[in-house]
Amino acid sequence: MSETSLRSAFFTVLKRDLTLAYRTRTEMFNPLLFFIIVISLFPLAVSPDPKVLQSLAPGVIWVAALLATLLSLDSMFRSDFDDGALEQMLLSVHPVSVIVLGKVLAHWMVTGIPLLVLSPLLAVLMHMPTDSIPALMITLALGGPILSLVGAIGVALTVGLRRGGVLLSLLILPLYIPVLIFAANAVSNAAAGLPIAGQLYFLGALLALALTLAPIATAAALRISLR
Amino acid sequence: MSEFFHMGGYAFFVWTSYGIALVVLLANIILPMQRKKEILKNLKRRLRREQA
Amino acid sequence: MWLWFHKLGSPKYFYDLSGKFLPWFGWLTLILMLVGTYWGLVLAPADYQQGDSYRIIYVHVPAAWMSLFVYMVMATAGAVGLIWKMKMADVVASCSAPLGAAFTFLALITGSLWGKPMWGTYWVWDARLTSELILLFLYLGFMGLEAAIDDKRTAANACAVLALVGVVNIPIIHYSVEWWNTLHQGSTVARMDKPAMDTNMLIPLLLMWLGFMFYYGTTLFMRARNEVLHRERDTTWVKDMVTES
Repeated sequence: MSETSLRSAFFTVLKRDLTLAYRTRTEMFNPLLFFIIVISLFPLAVSPDPKVLQSLAPGVIWVAALLATLLSLDSMFRSDFDDGALEQMLLSVHPVSVIVLGKVLAHWMVTGIPLLVLSPLLAVLMHMPTDSIPALMITLALGGPILSLVGAIGVALTVGLRRGGVLLSLLILPLYIPVLIFAANAVSNAAAGLPIAGQLYFLGALLALALTLAPIATAAALRISLR
Repeated sequence: MSEFFHMGGYAFFVWTSYGIALVVLLANIILPMQRKKEILKNLKRRLRREQA
Repeated sequence: MWLWFHKLGSPKYFYDLSGKFLPWFGWLTLILMLVGTYWGLVLAPADYQQGDSYRIIYVHVPAAWMSLFVYMVMATAGAVGLIWKMKMADVVASCSAPLGAAFTFLALITGSLWGKPMWGTYWVWDARLTSELILLFLYLGFMGLEAAIDDKRTAANACAVLALVGVVNIPIIHYSVEWWNTLHQGSTVARMDKPAMDTNMLIPLLLMWLGFMFYYGTTLFMRARNEVLHRERDTTWVKDMVTES
């Protein structure tokens, strides 16, 4: 049996998760639909006045993105845990953090990118000024992977539990708050015509931090959960 | 002729609407046709396997 | 009459009957849509207030009418399947859902593109637009629920219940322009007194509506026949048909 390189292991995990997601591709739409519906609730509950919606929009869209990502996180490790594949991955020669990175990338591609693609449409629904739409998309592009990376830590901690759903939210939402603050702030500032470079740099730094450290934390959490 | 395409200044709105309508309507004709071919292909293959 | 309805419950009878009607429906769709589109885009005069942008009406309104009509078909078929356990009713409901969603999507998008020149905005959260958006959510929810349940019988029953609960949205959509103060204009065609539209503009609208109806029939038959072939794949008549083709 030939030895697989680290690179090919990573891409194998990535391809596997993407194939599995493709086979149940109707499930991909559920978080997206949730995203749209939650955002639609605000004009109905608060006020359909465009000025009000404009001021609410950055925060509402980002909170909805947070919640939609949270809902979709369970699928990252659930089925592999149930059929024992996760244990096999932990026994692999390769560092678990790299395997985790592959799974996280697959999750972001299936959940984060559709949210990103749909965001301009939702910006229009919330009467956001067109100038702020690129800012919205950049924050989602930088912040989305952070949500998947940090979320993986939480899912890894709760995958062994039977009713881990709400607990997962309690664990992860505090960790999401910095991302939410900088992202929503960046979009509001862009709508007001103010500079957003500072916020974007911070998001970039958070992304770099998450990319390097989150997989290691997730791997440790998985080892604990599968004890 | 160019006036027709210009649509009194509303060209973008009118033609995008009709364009999207055309895409949606065509897609819903083409997709079932492809599915039918796929179904027949799979059934033929299954029958051949059963008879072998 | 009931005997014929009962016969429709047989997949093979449905398959043969729909096969005979399909070419007719297809050609009628094509002709009606081509004539309707040509009349609407070229022959009909420009509107006094809106100029040529009103011509979007010829796709927007038929799509919107169809979005409501297909939902009623879907809910009725679901009810028939739920009460009388008719498999073909389930098939009609399941195949109508993506078509209804497509019509709703089309109505929303063309409406949005019409709204920008007419009202100055692509979207407004008024009663009619919001309830039509909710209709799209209902269709997508129906399709999502069906995909999530493995057993076809259970899935059809669950979706039928969902569809029936959602029927309350249909009168809301239709009467929204009367009950609330909306930006969307009121009924001009479906009124008790004479329609308030120039005949030269009305006829292409009716032609397009008929074209869309026959389009729905054509695509519904196509999808339903595929579903029948798939479900009845172990029967002799399907096997014979496959070996012959």
